Amino acid sequence: MPYINSIMFLPELILTIGTLFILTVSTFLKNISFKFSFNASILLLVFSLYSVTFDIDTNLFNYDNFFDNGAFIDFIKILILFGTLVFFLFSEEYFYDLNLDKFEIPILILFSVLGMMIMISCNNLISMYLGIELQSLSLYILASINKKSIKSTEAGLKYFILGALSSGILLYGCSLIYGFTGALNFQEIELKLSVLPQLDLGLIFGLVFIIVSLAFKVSAVPFHMWTPDVYEGSPTPITAFFAIVTKIVAVGLLIRFLILPFGQFVDDWSQIIIFLSISSMILGALAAMTQNNINRLLAYSSIGHIGYMLIGLATGAETGIRGIIIYLCIYLFMNAAVFTILLSIKINGKYIENIKSFAGLSKKYPIISFIISIMMFSMAGIPPFAGFFSKFYIFISALESKLVFLAIIGVLSSVVAAFYYIRIVKIIYFDDGLDNFEVILNFRRKLIIFISTIFIAFFIIAPSYIIDTAQELSKTIF
Amino acid sequence: MIISLEHYLILGAIVFTLGVLGIFLNKKNVIIILMSIELILLSVNINLVAFSSYLGEISGQIFSMFVLTVAAAEAAIGLAILVVFFRHNGTISVEDINKMKG
Repeated sequence: MPYINSIMFLPELILTIGTLFILTVSTFLKNISFKFSFNASILLLVFSLYSVTFDIDTNLFNYDNFFDNGAFIDFIKILILFGTLVFFLFSEEYFYDLNLDKFEIPILILFSVLGMMIMISCNNLISMYLGIELQSLSLYILASINKKSIKSTEAGLKYFILGALSSGILLYGCSLIYGFTGALNFQEIELKLSVLPQLDLGLIFGLVFIIVSLAFKVSAVPFHMWTPDVYEGSPTPITAFFAIVTKIVAVGLLIRFLILPFGQFVDDWSQIIIFLSISSMILGALAAMTQNNINRLLAYSSIGHIGYMLIGLATGAETGIRGIIIYLCIYLFMNAAVFTILLSIKINGKYIENIKSFAGLSKKYPIISFIISIMMFSMAGIPPFAGFFSKFYIFISALESKLVFLAIIGVLSSVVAAFYYIRIVKIIYFDDGLDNFEVILNFRRKLIIFISTIFIAFFIIAPSYIIDTAQELSKTIF
Repeated sequence: MIISLEHYLILGAIVFTLGVLGIFLNKKNVIIILMSIELILLSVNINLVAFSSYLGEISGQIFSMFVLTVAAAEAAIGLAILVVFFRHNGTISVEDINKMKG
């Protein structure tokens, strides 16, 4: 009964059919095509978010195990769709302001979301590659969507070159793993590996190549060089999309790929992850200090956050994965609030790019300034805000797995990173600046800021719900 | 001489290395980077087909078909971005992609 169980792909099916429908209709609408595709996309995302919860048990029919399904995958799907919904809620005015109101933007976003959902539910090297490509090809275009800006086109070009290189490396790794195990399916690979006492040279090469390529996608140091440029050049809402959604799904895929087929060789890959994690934390903390462009600063900040998440993965244990899941939730809310505020503030009709232009914001807009401060303190990991707990559970897992030095480096680098977060607070409250701010908040943006602030500020009151959920989810992976 | 699996793998590795070096050593032209990316993808195809026929299993060849199609799409998008970039810069020299630094 194939058609009954194909309901397990209900979110993907809704998304595919809906996107194609919006594409077809939008081409026939002249003046209102952007408005139509934008609002229809919001509706579509709400539908598919709702349908994620419908997923029915899986084992009867799943396209020759091309895709997998489970609580963890559903959770990442929910985060992806939620993050995309946030993107749609805060970005509309920006596109009108910059004359970027093209109906292709929502459609490309939806296609990349579809690619991400394939990425996270893949159970086969072919579907993994196709998902990654569907996601990245849409993102290359989105990065360079502002054709009038030289920075945007350059960002797109850089992203394309390094992204294509990384997918080439991924494929080479896939071909080696296929050759040495004779299987493409994750379970079959795991089965073939389970009889090996240790990894062959070819398999080690394959594993390293794939980790390198996924490190490109999560922008872990030393494969981060595209991140600051792409974040600076792309239109700010697209940057927010990169920062929030693509990071979540890449981390999810990294977890799934390493834990599922290569779970028994934790000792082999955890060394690589430890190296990536340490270098990302240190570079994320140090390089951001000299930045004056807010987008570049957030890029280095996201590199640092990835470093902390990789600690959890390096443990290869349930507590580590639990820490990552908690971190991803909190990361989503923090970035959603920061980018929404960033898109709402204008000086002389222009969006803010330099950090120093925040000077004097607190005198005219005390509430917004206060919320920015909360978010910055939370990103720096200062209690009682949620950002503290995200790091706390990661460090706990590192200590439990006897990775004490990782926890120490993590704590030290988060102290260093606190410098540049608090510098923004200092500029807002204590520096003298001009008085020509203009904060435009419509209902949608207020809603995002309100929810995120509540979540971040009052996480301490009832953390158990998120933590218990994360605990349950982390059990399902192993 | 019998051509065995190792020969194909060595050929694949050489083509892959040439592609990666082409991306990093080239200072002149972005088109050469696009060609290098194609080289990388083709080296993967050599590997996949060689392994597939060695193992007597078809799925590697199917994978290589997917790689070919996606490579075409990737080249199309890369060239489109390159055209947009050229309109601004008037050049596609690699050294001139330097508006953002830090």
